[in-house]
Amino acid sequence: MGESIFSVLYKYWPIFLRGLLGTLEYASIAVAIGTVLGALIAVLRLSKNKVLYGISSVYVNVLRGTPLLVQMYIAYFFIPMAIPALNSIDKVYYVMLALILNSSAYVAEIIRGGINSVDKGQTEAARSLGMTASHTMFRIVFPQAIKNILPSLGNEYIAMIKETSLAGTFMLYELMYTRTLLANKFLVWQPLFIIAGIYLIVTLVLSAIVKKMERKLSVSD
Amino acid sequence: MIDDKTPLIETVDLHKDFGQLKVLKGISEKIYKGEVVTIIGPSGGGKSTFLRCLNLLEIPTSGKVIFESEELDAKATDLNRHRQKIGMVFQLFNVFPHLKVIDNITLAPILEKKIPKEQAEAKAMELLKMVGLEDKAQEYPRKLSGGQKQRLAIVRALAMEPDVMLFDEPTSALDPEMVKGVLEVIQNLAESGMTCVIVTHEMGFAKKISDRVLFIDDGIVAESGTPEELFEHPKNPRTQEFLSQVL
Ligand SMILES: Nc1ncnc2c1ncn2[C@@H]1O[C@H](COP(=O)(O)OP(=O)(O)O)[C@@H](O)[C@H]1O
Ligand SMILES: [Mg+2]
Repeated sequence: MGESIFSVLYKYWPIFLRGLLGTLEYASIAVAIGTVLGALIAVLRLSKNKVLYGISSVYVNVLRGTPLLVQMYIAYFFIPMAIPALNSIDKVYYVMLALILNSSAYVAEIIRGGINSVDKGQTEAARSLGMTASHTMFRIVFPQAIKNILPSLGNEYIAMIKETSLAGTFMLYELMYTRTLLANKFLVWQPLFIIAGIYLIVTLVLSAIVKKMERKLSVSD
Repeated sequence: MIDDKTPLIETVDLHKDFGQLKVLKGISEKIYKGEVVTIIGPSGGGKSTFLRCLNLLEIPTSGKVIFESEELDAKATDLNRHRQKIGMVFQLFNVFPHLKVIDNITLAPILEKKIPKEQAEAKAMELLKMVGLEDKAQEYPRKLSGGQKQRLAIVRALAMEPDVMLFDEPTSALDPEMVKGVLEVIQNLAESGMTCVIVTHEMGFAKKISDRVLFIDDGIVAESGTPEELFEHPKNPRTQEFLSQVL
């Protein structure tokens, strides 16, 4: 069996720490940029224009209907092949791109669902007062939708933290990548349990925070 | 300005379909300034749809809505300006739950009419006093009863200083003990000269308050007249049948 889990953790904790920071960084970037992009896609998904609706629906369905790992492979191998001019760019960015686009599709659905969950009577009341469409959206609908959107975004972030483990396959320095590093030192099983433990602690803590936020947001109804 | 001979609102051969379903089948009506018109009729007959066409919350399939001598056009930007002059009160209140009572009232005047905040709030307090809610100004609507929510919804519409008020079954969702307070507010409004179009199932109220009653059935105005004509001497067999069921 070799060394104990604790002695591996004791000896190599900076590696795990760096891996964890990488994981948090990639997940944060993916969800942050994914949220901006997702908001735009959600607007298109809510639009009455059939072309915009169609394009955004295909976007969301393709990205949610295919595995992230496949999307990463396509980004990693196909983009540089198809556009040779991009060859000099660090391939880390292609993997990041896949993470961001994937996240944007999920966020788009979260935002769309949040907006649709607001009672139609709210929009009707605002429009009947003569409020413009944009005032109605930003002063009436969105402030109510955000209560559903924020906790779901938190859950998306938690999901993304687990999803980024796939990026280790492409040598991005995140938590799962520490397994590869330590396997080179003939440590095979200990890092797996340490990695699992770290993921578990992080996701449990974040879930508790999301639950608390959910409760806080719902009291004002 | 609208004189006594020009209708405040006129509909011309109004039709509304929802897909295959023909809901309004040609309604031409004129509503004059200061008039109180109540609309009665069986459920599903098209009363709400007719009312919602008057401010283009529903866009008519064909026909015209003319408000203050201008045809309302769903695509025109000044639709919002017209809607400011047409207050609407809904069955389910539709107060804004994320805004304090006073902000429910002042939001639209401040945003759309550029009324200074202090002035809008002073006016809102006056309105709240009128409906006995002045001590609720800083509360959120969740603290209000159904009747209080509806009174809030009424003054929220009044804060825009509309020329006409549309009510869609304003008391249908209320507990019986709340109905009276809301009806009183509407009656005071009507007596103060506000033009009102009211869809209601409160026949006693309709009889007492209306200048004119429309009986809408199956997408048309099947009969109309003074409360006396309609309630005491209905001519149309459908009106007679309806009244015998509800009275
Ligand atoms: N948005 C809608 N989509 C489809 N059908 C509708 C819609 N609104 C109303 N209807 C239908 O139109 C008919 C008339 O409805 P409504 O105007 O609400 O009647 P009333 O207010 O007299 O009860 C009903 O059959 C109703 O189901
Ligand atoms: Mg109705």
